[in-house]
Amino acid sequence: MESLNNFELLEYAAWSLSAALGLWMLFDMIRTNRAYTEKTLLSSKEGEIEDVLVIDPPHQGGHR
Amino acid sequence: MTQYTAVHGEKVSLLRVLGPGHVWALGVGIVLVGEYMGWNFAVGKGGALAALIACWTAGLLYTCVAMIDSEVTSTVAAAGGQYAQAKHIVGPLMAFNVGLFLVFAYTMLEAANAITLGYLVQTVGSMAGFADTHDKPFIVLTIIFLAWLNYRGVYATLTFNLVITAIAFAAIIVLFAAVRPWTDEVLKPHGLLNGLPYGWLGVLAAMHFGMWYYLGIEGTTQAAEEVRSPARALPLGTMTGIITLLIAATMTWYICVGLMPWEYLGQAVTPLFDAARLTGSTPLMVLLFVGTIFSTLASANGCINDASRAWFSMGRDRYLPQVFGAVHPKYRTPFRAIVFLVPVALIFAYFAPLDQVITFSILSGLLEYTFMAFNVVMFRRMWPLGSIRRGYVHPFHPLPAIVLLLLCATTYFAVFLGYGTQLVAMMVFYIVASVWFAGHRYKFVKRGDQFTMPWPRPIGH
Repeated sequence: MESLNNFELLEYAAWSLSAALGLWMLFDMIRTNRAYTEKTLLSSKEGEIEDVLVIDPPHQGGHR
Repeated sequence: MTQYTAVHGEKVSLLRVLGPGHVWALGVGIVLVGEYMGWNFAVGKGGALAALIACWTAGLLYTCVAMIDSEVTSTVAAAGGQYAQAKHIVGPLMAFNVGLFLVFAYTMLEAANAITLGYLVQTVGSMAGFADTHDKPFIVLTIIFLAWLNYRGVYATLTFNLVITAIAFAAIIVLFAAVRPWTDEVLKPHGLLNGLPYGWLGVLAAMHFGMWYYLGIEGTTQAAEEVRSPARALPLGTMTGIITLLIAATMTWYICVGLMPWEYLGQAVTPLFDAARLTGSTPLMVLLFVGTIFSTLASANGCINDASRAWFSMGRDRYLPQVFGAVHPKYRTPFRAIVFLVPVALIFAYFAPLDQVITFSILSGLLEYTFMAFNVVMFRRMWPLGSIRRGYVHPFHPLPAIVLLLLCATTYFAVFLGYGTQLVAMMVFYIVASVWFAGHRYKFVKRGDQFTMPWPRPIGH
C-alpha cells in the first residue's frame, strides 16, 4: 500500500505541474494580448532578414 | 504583477539566434526516437535482412529529401518550411495542403511520443512493484511541459534538444562499441540472419517502417526564420543530420539483429533498451533507458517547434485566422500557435490508438515528400541556377527528384498493404479541407503580401 501511494503521489505531482504550467501559459497569453496592440503582435513579416525595429533587441527583458 | 507596455510603431519578429547545431538538434531530435523504437516492426514485416534493405532504401529516399530541402530552403528562408516553399513555387492551394501535412505530421508524432513516454514511465512503475499505475498524467505533463518550454523561447528549447539528442546518439555509439562488433563474442549475426522469410513482398511491406529511421529530418527547415545564417546553417544542419541518422540507423540494425532473433525483434517495444539488457551490463541498461526517454522527449519537443511554426506561418498569411500569426514580444515565439496546438495534441494522445496516430503521421509526411519532388523540378525550371542566390545546390538534378518520387510511390503501396483504409480516409480529409480553402478561406488571403522573396520574375510568368 505504501508503494502504491508513492506512485500515486508522483501521478498527482505530474497533474499539478501540468496544471501549473498550462495555467501559466494561459495567463501569460491573456496578459500579453492585453498589454500590446494586435497590430504590434501581428507585425512579423516573412523574409525580413534584418532584425531591426524590434522590441527588445538583445532578446531579454522586454519593455516593462 | 509586472505589465508590459505597448510601444507605438514597434515591430516584433521571431528571433534569429540559432546556429547549425540547433538545426541538427531539431532534425535529428525529431527522428532519433525511431532508432530507439518503431523501426524494428520492419523486421516483423519481412525479416532482418528486409529491415536492412528498407533502412538503406529509406535512407536513399531521405538523402534525396535532405538534399532537395537544403537547396530550396537555403533560398526560401522562411518559417513554415515546405509550406513557404510551396507558396512561392507552386501556389496557394498546394501551400495550404502542405501546411496541413506539416501540422498533422508533427502534431501526431508529438502525440505518439507523449503516449510512448507515458507508457515507459508506467512500465517502470509496474516493474518497481507499484500496482494500478497510470500513463495519462505523464502523457499530459510531457505535452504541456514541452509546450511551455517552446513558449518561453526557441534558444532554450533547441539547446535543450541539442543536449538530450547528443546524449541519446552517444548512447547508441557506446552500445555499439560495448558489443565489440569486430568480434563475434557478443553479436551473432550469422546465426540470427534468416534471409527473406516473406520474400520480396516482405521487403516492400518493411518500407512502411523503414521510414521510421528518418521520418522528420525535413523539419529542420522550420527553423529558417530563427537561424542566424539560413543559407549556411540550414544545409549544414540538415546534411549532417541525415549523415548522423544513416550512421545511427545502421548501427542500431547491426546491434539488434546480432542480439535478438527476428521473431522477437519484430514485435519488441524498445529494441535498443532490450539489446542493452541482453549485454547484462547495468550501466548500459541505464544509459539506453535514459537514451530512450531523451529521444522521445527530443522528438516531441521538436514536433511542437515545427508544428507551431507551420501553423503560425499559415496564420500570418491568413491561410488560417490571422490571430495565429502573432509573435510574443518578450519571448519572440509564435505563442498563440503553440498554445492552440496543445489541446489538439492532447486529444490525439488521450483518445487515439498509437498505431493510427503514427500511420496518420507517416502518411502526411509521405504526401509532403511527394510534393517536394515536384517542387524542386518546378523551382529549377522557374529559377534556373544563376538566376537567384542559393546557399546550397544539390547534385545530379533531376535524379534525386525522380528517385524520391519512385520511392514515395513504393512506400504508398507498402502503407496501402497494411493501412489502406487510413490512406483513403486521409486523402478524403485533405480533399475536403482543400475544398473549404478554395471555396471559403482563400478570399481572406492578401494575395500580394504573401510573396516576400526578392526574386526576379520566374521564367514562363
